[in-house]
Amino acid sequence: MSLQLHNVRLPLAEFALEMDAMFDRPIAGIFGPSGAGKTSLLDLIAGLRRPIAGTVRLDEKVIFDAAVRLNLPPRLRRIGYVPQDLALFPHLRVRANLMYGYRSPLMENELFTLGHVGEVMEIAHLLERNVTTLSGGEQQRVAFARGILSVPCLLLLDEPMSSLDSRLKKRLIPFLLRIRDEFRIPLIYVTHDAGELVALCDEVLVLERGRLIERGSPADVLA
Amino acid sequence: MTAEAWQIVFFTIEVAALSTILILPLGVAVAWLIARRDWHGKAIVETVVMLPLFVPPVATGLVLLMVFGRHGLLGSVLQRGLGVEIVFTWRAVVLACAVMSFPLLVRTAQTAFQGVSARFEDIARTLGASEWRVFATISLPLATRGIVAGAVLAFARAMGEFGATVVVAGMIPRKTMTISLSIYQNIQLGHDAVALPLLFVSIGIVFITVLCGQIISMRKRPR
Repeated sequence: MSLQLHNVRLPLAEFALEMDAMFDRPIAGIFGPSGAGKTSLLDLIAGLRRPIAGTVRLDEKVIFDAAVRLNLPPRLRRIGYVPQDLALFPHLRVRANLMYGYRSPLMENELFTLGHVGEVMEIAHLLERNVTTLSGGEQQRVAFARGILSVPCLLLLDEPMSSLDSRLKKRLIPFLLRIRDEFRIPLIYVTHDAGELVALCDEVLVLERGRLIERGSPADVLA
Repeated sequence: MTAEAWQIVFFTIEVAALSTILILPLGVAVAWLIARRDWHGKAIVETVVMLPLFVPPVATGLVLLMVFGRHGLLGSVLQRGLGVEIVFTWRAVVLACAVMSFPLLVRTAQTAFQGVSARFEDIARTLGASEWRVFATISLPLATRGIVAGAVLAFARAMGEFGATVVVAGMIPRKTMTISLSIYQNIQLGHDAVALPLLFVSIGIVFITVLCGQIISMRKRPR
């Protein structure tokens, strides 16, 4: 998978997000201070915010092109999104949350089934529970599983572990690595936690006031 | 209470319920459009919807009379095309109740839709949901309590409707006579003994209705 943003410009309240970058690593980290435009960048990639200029290409497919007014709606982009607050639908049970975006695999593929994903994410025993009764860690895993079951080409994660303590974060990191290794879904992972970057990311892009100021391996960037 | 008084009570409940049911789909749609979409003329539509709250009810009744009368814009069409007469029939009572209670339903439902986190709707879109599915499976269920509370308020308002009804439907015994109209007529005629039981029944019904609405809207709902 490769995601290419070319001369993309999205005006924000205090500055404009300007991005010219290629994402082609299994897990790319977006790092930066609060208010740097990280969430806006994910929204833009997911199709939830519309830039005023530039093109966005997912593999060979153009999903946004300001010049020809092409803007593929989020539902057609096949880009999963786990936001910071997880946005689990509170009126639905775990099973209904997981199946909300379920795309039945085109081929005989047992990888993306409720049973298998539930097993890998260790949430199979939670299916009939209401999401509001789950613990923080369980909610994270349900959110990850919901994203996986929509069989996305790319999964965006916006500080999904920011509300958890460090012990729980450590427990969840293997689950994220399984998304990469077992389901082969590339991730763009937003965080301002250096430890998460080192544990998860192949490459880190540093964002400040809407601009990319540095790019490299976690070790280089954090040095 | 006499049989005639009970007939008036049941007739009033029937027209109030029917008017509430009739305005519910349109009211919910308008509320959602105002709460969730930006469009040209939105402020004007919002103002027009709210007008019956502030214009004297008698004036609203007069407008309805002019529009739905035999020579009115819609009244003439309905009569010639479908043979349906509106003014001075039970339909006029339903119409007056509907118009007068519509703003309450819209305002309450609008607040309910605005209370639903837009993030849930966004994430549903990234999971492949169409706009209609987002509305039907996320926005509507999460706003249901507010909508029900709005419907209850609309019903209560319709139960007490007087000014517009008296102009567009008149006070025709066994045809358009509602509780409010009957109380007014009997007090004018000095028949307090007939008016008072109707007054207490009316207060009782509205009290129970509004109380139910309060309980529904105060119940904690998932967000």
